Amino acid sequence: MTAVGAPSRTPDTGRGGGLRPALWAEWVKFRTVRGWLVGLGIAVLMCVLFTYLVANGIHSGTCTGTGVTCHSGHPAVPTGPDGTAVADSYRYLSRPLTGNGTVTAQVASLTGRISTNPVNVAPSPSATRPGLAGWAKAGILLTPTTTPGSSYAAVMATGGHGTRFQYDYTHDRRGTASDAAPRWVRLARDGDTITGYESADGTSWHVVGVAHLRGLPGTVRVGLFVTSPVAFRGQTGHPTQATGSFRHVTVTGAANGGWRSQSIGAGRADFYPVLGTGGARVAGDEVVLTGSGDIAPAVVQGVLGTNTVASSLLVGLLVGSIVLVVLAALFVTTEYRRGLIRTTLAATPRRGRVLAAKAIVLGGVGFVIGALAAAVAVPVGDRILAGNGVYVFPAGVGTVVGIVVGCGLVTALTAVAVLALGTMLRRSAGAVTAGIVVFVLPYLIGSNLSGAAETWLFRLTPAAAFSVLGVLPRSSLVDYPYTFGNGYYPLPGWAGLLVLAAYTAAALGAARLLLHRRDA
Amino acid sequence: MIAAILAEWTKIRTLASTAWLLVGTAVLTTGVGVVVVATTHQSSGGGSQDATKLVLTGIDLGQAVVVVLAVLAITEEYGTGMIRTTFAAVPGRVTVLGAKAAAVAALTLAAGTVAVAGCLIAGRLVPADGLGTAHGSAIGSITHGPTLRAGVGSVLYLVLVALLAIGIATVVRDTAVSIGVVLAVLYLPTLLAQAVSDPLRRHIQQVAPMTAGLAVQATTNLGKLPISPWAGIGVLAAWAAGALLLAGLLLRHRDP
Repeated sequence: MTAVGAPSRTPDTGRGGGLRPALWAEWVKFRTVRGWLVGLGIAVLMCVLFTYLVANGIHSGTCTGTGVTCHSGHPAVPTGPDGTAVADSYRYLSRPLTGNGTVTAQVASLTGRISTNPVNVAPSPSATRPGLAGWAKAGILLTPTTTPGSSYAAVMATGGHGTRFQYDYTHDRRGTASDAAPRWVRLARDGDTITGYESADGTSWHVVGVAHLRGLPGTVRVGLFVTSPVAFRGQTGHPTQATGSFRHVTVTGAANGGWRSQSIGAGRADFYPVLGTGGARVAGDEVVLTGSGDIAPAVVQGVLGTNTVASSLLVGLLVGSIVLVVLAALFVTTEYRRGLIRTTLAATPRRGRVLAAKAIVLGGVGFVIGALAAAVAVPVGDRILAGNGVYVFPAGVGTVVGIVVGCGLVTALTAVAVLALGTMLRRSAGAVTAGIVVFVLPYLIGSNLSGAAETWLFRLTPAAAFSVLGVLPRSSLVDYPYTFGNGYYPLPGWAGLLVLAAYTAAALGAARLLLHRRDA
Repeated sequence: MIAAILAEWTKIRTLASTAWLLVGTAVLTTGVGVVVVATTHQSSGGGSQDATKLVLTGIDLGQAVVVVLAVLAITEEYGTGMIRTTFAAVPGRVTVLGAKAAAVAALTLAAGTVAVAGCLIAGRLVPADGLGTAHGSAIGSITHGPTLRAGVGSVLYLVLVALLAIGIATVVRDTAVSIGVVLAVLYLPTLLAQAVSDPLRRHIQQVAPMTAGLAVQATTNLGKLPISPWAGIGVLAAWAAGALLLAGLLLRHRDP
């Protein structure tokens, strides 16, 4: 601890001095202790180093979609129109349509089978039981190309979610029809506008949803599709297969080419676990399609792993936080130890102002260090994971910025909370221990608790703030166990930060009260 | 040596924080154990849980309190300058270190025994979903060999953690930094091991003080452990011995 620097522009540091002189004094105190600056450097270095170690230690040996062969590296994951990972596997019976037109069909029945083997075991036709996945889909689909990941619009009957109009993987509208068969569906193209209709009787139609697919070519493919996603029983996923029976299939408009039956995105190199590639059969008026897969955002289905740009950051962020916790405790307890606090409070008699100045300085330093460490560590971890052949869910610039800012806020709030604890206890031991244990412990004992208890740990304790690292994709269109064990935090990042902020605010309030009431 | 130990005993005994920390160790350890057991469900088909190990989970938290106790025994003297008086009274610096280690180890032994006994008793009383006797995984009587090993080993674990903390604190000489370093050495490799995949995970678990030391808590599936129970305690003992050795060397060559 060196001098308490007097502000150059405002010589009066007394009662009327405002917050700025106190702020300046605290900043000078912080930056003139060489050990603390070294500590900040260590925090960033350790964060990056541990991220590097974790990323380096994650290898993948994944199995391809059919589960027959396993090898290092990851299978192909299609990228949707908006750059996110998608699942795009289905049975498609289609023909070209030039210009405007409509397709109408009656979904006479939708039935399914569920594999009794989990997704990582090769499926066999004999090891199945009857059952229909909730998101099994049968209906009419329009797409410019059949390349997995391409733009599309579709109207469909589902296993347990009514009639739906969906386009480009993430957009979804629910119709009013019940799950009971038969249902009528119609898809109409008018330029770039695709409209999905439903009907109970095939005569009175009403609109389910409208999509504007920009840049749609003159000739697109239209036709019938059936697909059926992985069904989860607890934590275990089982591939499924659905069979849809269509009647009264009519196409209006310039549909000249012949019908063609294709299996889309269900090859050996594709990631989505399927139960056979299905087929198509036409018998008189009836068209029967059997398909397996999903057309939806790619949520982890047991073969991709749960790695994101943030997944190797956790231990690094904890290390950085531990260093900052120590510095934050020292920032105030050293003053008590040396008696400097009496000088500080004599210079700035308003004690709340001293605490505020310390909190702002430490919060600012904490934010910069946390954000800097994350900004360096995220690309490092990402690059190494990719080099190890691990699948990393694609993340946009917004997601990465969210992680960096989130990490900065976690370290800032943590540092301020520990400062408040240190002010209350006037000794560093309790503040440091509490600051470390509250973050580490939920991760250590969480895995022993039941799912519900573990989830509450990450809702109620300050460790909820680590939700900022939870950037795995989740979708209401995919049934998946979104549990902590699968890498999903129970709270969104901002809510987790609010939990930590509440603890920090409470600690600051208590510290301010004690600082006023007690002798220094 | 006896006089030095008695002096250190008097010092640590009369600190107001000592009693609180000892009580805290026992209460927190038992409390976490009870909560974990009460909320654990047998995972379906995931193999039977090791109930004894589960009920001793509280050691994860209890050790942090032991670390504080051990670190304070050293750094408080450096913080107040008392250490110069101590060395004036007992010029043999390694003797002082040994005396402090003995006093802290004795207190940790006592608190640890109470804490572990509390955990094991609680484990037999608290009704736990899915940890039924049907699987043969409920906590055995203390006369049951593996249970006895887990209990004695856990107490020993706490004592060794205290010695590790004494060593590191003597090297570092500052309370906040010492606690940060000791808890980082204990917790970080454990979290690191959770984050990485297998060959590396096993290696980390074999050499890190906390994961290796806590292998002694296992009572079932010993073949799947990364390191055998007593060998794990040996690894932790090596860490503690290394820290104390470094502390002794630095004590001899540094001004207090």
